Amino acid sequence: MKKISRTTSSLFDPSIVVPAIIESLKKLDPRHQIRNPVMFVVWVGSLLTTGLYVQALCGHGEAPAGFILAVALWLWFTIIFANFAESMAEGRGKAQAESLRKARKDTPAKKLSNLKYGSDYTTVSATTLRKDDIVLVERGDFIPMDGEVMEGVASVDESAITGESAPVIRESGGDRCAVTGGTRVLSDWLIVRITSNPGETFLDHMIAMVEGAKRQKTPNEIALSILLIVFTIIFLLVTVTLLPFSIFSVGVAGHGQVITVTVLVALLVCLIPTTIGGLLPAIGIAGMDRMIQTNVIATSGRAVEAAGDVDVLLLDKTGTITLGNRQAVEFIPVSGINMETFVDAVQLASLSDETPEGRSIVVLAKAKHGIRERHIQDINAKFIPFTAQTKMSGVDLGDGRQIRKGAVDAIDSYVRKLGGIFPESLKSIVETISKSGGTPLAVAENNRILGIVQLKDIVKGGIKERFAELRRMGIKTVMITGDNPLTAAAIAAESGMDDFLAQATPETKLKFIREMQTGGRLVAMTGDGTNDAPALAQADVAVAMNTGTQAAKEAGNMVDLDSNPTKLIEVVKIGKQLLITRGSLTTFSIANDVSKYFAIIPAAFVGTYPVLGALNIMHLATPQSAILSAVIFNALIIIALIPLSLFGVPYRAVAASRLLRDNLLIYGVGGIIAPFAGIKLIDMILVGLKLTSGGS
Amino acid sequence: MSHNDFIQMGIYLVVLLLAVKPLGIYMAYVYEGKPAGLNIWLSGLERWIYRICGVKPEKGMTWKEYAIALLVFNILGILMVYAIQRLQAFLPLNPMAMAAVSPDSSFNTAVSFATNTNWQGYSGESTTSYLTQMLALAKQNFSSAATGMAVLAALIRGFIQKQMNTIGNFWVDLVRTVLYILLPLSIIFALILVSQGVPQTFSPSAKATLVQATKDSNGKPMTEQDIALGPVASQIAIKQLGTNGGGYYNANSAHPYENSTPLSNFLEMIAILLIPAALCYTFGVMVRDRRQGWALLAAMLVIFIPCLWASITIEQKGNPLFDKLGVDQRATAYQPGGNMEGKEARFGVVSSAIWSVATTSASNGSVNSMHDSYMPLGGLIPMWLIQLGEVIFGGVGSGLYGMIAFVIVAVFVAGLMIGRTPEYLGKKIEAFEMKMASLMALIPHIFVLIPTAIAVLTVAGKAGISNPGPHGFSEILYGFSSAGNNNGSAFAGLNANTVFYNTALGVSMFFARYWLMIPALAIAGSLSAKKIVPTTQGTLPTHTPLFVFFLAMVILIVGALAFFPALALGPMVEHLILRSFDFTQDQTLSIVECVRLHSGLTLSEVEGLMI
Repeated sequence: MKKISRTTSSLFDPSIVVPAIIESLKKLDPRHQIRNPVMFVVWVGSLLTTGLYVQALCGHGEAPAGFILAVALWLWFTIIFANFAESMAEGRGKAQAESLRKARKDTPAKKLSNLKYGSDYTTVSATTLRKDDIVLVERGDFIPMDGEVMEGVASVDESAITGESAPVIRESGGDRCAVTGGTRVLSDWLIVRITSNPGETFLDHMIAMVEGAKRQKTPNEIALSILLIVFTIIFLLVTVTLLPFSIFSVGVAGHGQVITVTVLVALLVCLIPTTIGGLLPAIGIAGMDRMIQTNVIATSGRAVEAAGDVDVLLLDKTGTITLGNRQAVEFIPVSGINMETFVDAVQLASLSDETPEGRSIVVLAKAKHGIRERHIQDINAKFIPFTAQTKMSGVDLGDGRQIRKGAVDAIDSYVRKLGGIFPESLKSIVETISKSGGTPLAVAENNRILGIVQLKDIVKGGIKERFAELRRMGIKTVMITGDNPLTAAAIAAESGMDDFLAQATPETKLKFIREMQTGGRLVAMTGDGTNDAPALAQADVAVAMNTGTQAAKEAGNMVDLDSNPTKLIEVVKIGKQLLITRGSLTTFSIANDVSKYFAIIPAAFVGTYPVLGALNIMHLATPQSAILSAVIFNALIIIALIPLSLFGVPYRAVAASRLLRDNLLIYGVGGIIAPFAGIKLIDMILVGLKLTSGGS
Repeated sequence: MSHNDFIQMGIYLVVLLLAVKPLGIYMAYVYEGKPAGLNIWLSGLERWIYRICGVKPEKGMTWKEYAIALLVFNILGILMVYAIQRLQAFLPLNPMAMAAVSPDSSFNTAVSFATNTNWQGYSGESTTSYLTQMLALAKQNFSSAATGMAVLAALIRGFIQKQMNTIGNFWVDLVRTVLYILLPLSIIFALILVSQGVPQTFSPSAKATLVQATKDSNGKPMTEQDIALGPVASQIAIKQLGTNGGGYYNANSAHPYENSTPLSNFLEMIAILLIPAALCYTFGVMVRDRRQGWALLAAMLVIFIPCLWASITIEQKGNPLFDKLGVDQRATAYQPGGNMEGKEARFGVVSSAIWSVATTSASNGSVNSMHDSYMPLGGLIPMWLIQLGEVIFGGVGSGLYGMIAFVIVAVFVAGLMIGRTPEYLGKKIEAFEMKMASLMALIPHIFVLIPTAIAVLTVAGKAGISNPGPHGFSEILYGFSSAGNNNGSAFAGLNANTVFYNTALGVSMFFARYWLMIPALAIAGSLSAKKIVPTTQGTLPTHTPLFVFFLAMVILIVGALAFFPALALGPMVEHLILRSFDFTQDQTLSIVECVRLHSGLTLSEVEGLMI
């Protein structure tokens, strides 16, 4: 698959890190913190302990001033580290969006100074066009934006949007005045008034989405936040009630000291899910960043999230599953016709046919039957081009022979008109070819059928493996094609797709998506044409091709700048990665609490009940070093996990139960064990640096 | 654990599990309205009840209508129980001429029996008339159990139904539960209990002449003893089956008239978990995937069996201080061994330990031994099982809907870990469900921790403590854990029949019950309106051992994290003190004094133990 290489800024790029540090200090503003309830609790705790430190300085401290200061400082660091993660994700996103804006290739547009053919124009980028600008489009030019014809008449190739290859006439006034961006003028000229603002808004939108202030929380983020808030409330309850419990215990034990507010705040901050709470915004933004990295611009975070859930993937056959055009693979002469004669005639008829199909016939004739290419002028022949009316092309030779090739129906009626017949024997051949996914092309000389050329869709290399991967992810692939069901079934089978929608029209596509959705499935699709717009609007994840029409881009919720339809697979992976990162870090965060209890509870109560020292299974040096180690670990783990939150937990296409088992082992079991080691290590360092005072 | 212990535990589990499938299927058919014998034969009666009450059985209710009907029914129940207790002196069936119950005790009991908690601040045989026992208390045993099961039925419908805004009809669920499930089982069970010698009579107390005359507390000579009787069997049957636990007598199932023989003891233990366990299977049948029901049952057993094992082991091992004194506590052919304080000699260590674990994992709360007298860790297990939120079996209906709230939390995290927005049984779990499930996990914690904190700070709260030291803290914590999770059992050392405890515990019970039911119904309503997402390879399987294990871990970790500090200051400290106690260092004190100081027992209790 094609990948546009863009310099992905490294994690330590100073142009991102330095502003991120400044930004993370600015984000200490409580108005920013209140948006993230978990971190707001830390913020309040930091303020409280800072106050306690000031009180201790004045000589009324509940604990040694140095200890309170150390706790307070590390609590502030906890917030700053979380802010830093968010700023890093924002910075990277903005940098990527910026480089995208620069790198983006544009359709040039001839902007007219006034509404008159022949007046001066300036060539500008289509993205700079605004509504009501006037542009000139001449033969061979692409229409830069959706618009309305003000002057002129021209034939326009709208096949990119409609699929209909015959050119259409566009002229000012009446119902043929609307033109669509991305279509091409084949003859003459048009003066067009632009009717919509350009797709650049996608980029603006994108940048807005990675900026904290304007960022909207996605549904899953909200649901997760609720869970985190509940954990926070539970631990708030636990720590708040611990003060009365401690007072009571000191009363009955007759000795020891009531737990200090500093220790309670430290315990609270260690217990509440600060790791995931602090990294949650960064994870969401990083998901958008990864989308940009693959050259996809999402217009909502919701769409990125939904991508992870997709059950059904609708893919257009042409250009996605198969190479855009068909190729001749076999010549089948009718019985009684010599193969040489047949191939010779077919080659003659195709010499001036510049379509890919025509070229492939000439190539096959040379490769398989050794018939060399000739120049049509040399043999005194006249080329008859394909028209939408005749549905066939061919040559009229000087000796009176008229060779025609085209769709079986068209050739059938052509020979019948000339008094010929369509041989019965060919009918079964035609059917066999159709069934195998090929397209039969009939060839006739005057009123006599010579034979059939078998054209075949060529399935893209490696596509089958990609669909197998999707199947392992639990995603059903459905091919959309205008072909008849027989052909569709054959290509679907060859490319390894699960299902197909044959003879698709905009209505059937829309109906199909709705049916899937009624069944509870989430549908993703790609599209580029205006006729895809209703289906794109209906689909849950809709990736519009950048080469597509404005209508398609507006109906979709993502735009693929590479216009690569298989990009959906990447999009799904990024969506899943985003969710997995959230889930894994939540598990990790909660699992961490086990060890923190074993650090803090004995430290806090060993004065009251010396036997509780038995719970100090890590053998931390002193109660103060134990509490400090837990707080420091809690802050440092945020920094340590920033790369993971920015790059995401890797996703592999394996069965759900295996994925769960692996992630549970790493982040659940690992989350229980890792902090034991981490806290012990920090405690040893604190002792080594003689930063702890002995005893409580 | 000895072979004998294993055999007793094994038989208990096997008999329980054998009953799960048949009863589970039967209950599913009752809720689905499918023919299941009784509901055909008694359908005329069912229709007659609806006609008399003006209920339109075919009319579905939205979750809000369902919740309102439920609350109205339950609040009327509370008022009725309150009124009967206050007025019992003027009402019939009062052969012992019991006076009106005090207002705070009446309030506590009324809430207690409506919320399926059945905390008993009063002493049944010396407080309540036969009418109060039958019409107020036994009746509430049925209606509180049926309310819990109705909520569960509605929640299950939420999973089955597609894009509907109703969740069934509360009155229909209520009537069917009572008529086809609770009444028939209770009648059969009551008859079995009567066969074992449990009284069922309207006669007044019997009088027995004492073999040896004694003196009462005022020093007057006594020659006769009152033996309290009454309609006992009928109440014990539903008390066990409906996870109520409110005994007829103060001593609850330790009293020989509530629990007369080893067989009655075994059957009562089975009855505690029978319906909660079978409802898991009902769930599986109703959601058309029986593996899901087995998975929930398995998650419960993953926690239940180790607790059972630990409790038996700890209690059988006895008091470490006795070991140091050279007292033989082993189970031998001549003695049961272990910690027998507060246990009935008729039942012994194992049957008592099994009962204590079963009654606290289910929100039953009946006791056949005094949990207060268990070893510190032996007492920690029942307390912690309650604190887990009464979801390991739990109350009838309420245990499973509480469990489903945990499943929603577990599925949410696990779902994220496989890269999908979470779903359970094809229903997407979104912000609303998370909000409600989180409330269900949070509310019990609020009504355990905050009242405990208030109690340990106030004079009124501390007045109830009979044992000083950390054990006194354990008693208060146990009391509020029990009320805040609707269990109803107690560390009996706490004197809770005071205005403070009657009121505080009553309020805890009330909110812990209905503030859980309403979110459960809200989830039912929200799920019912959703589509069902088809299962694919990418769907999180929720019936695998991995998920069962994960679910159990979520329950354990949430429970452990919320109560670790409190438990550390109560039973854990008790245990550590007991373990680390060194006689040699305290030579100046008498052994009795040492034990008293460190165990928190009273002097007479210690002396009793020493003999």
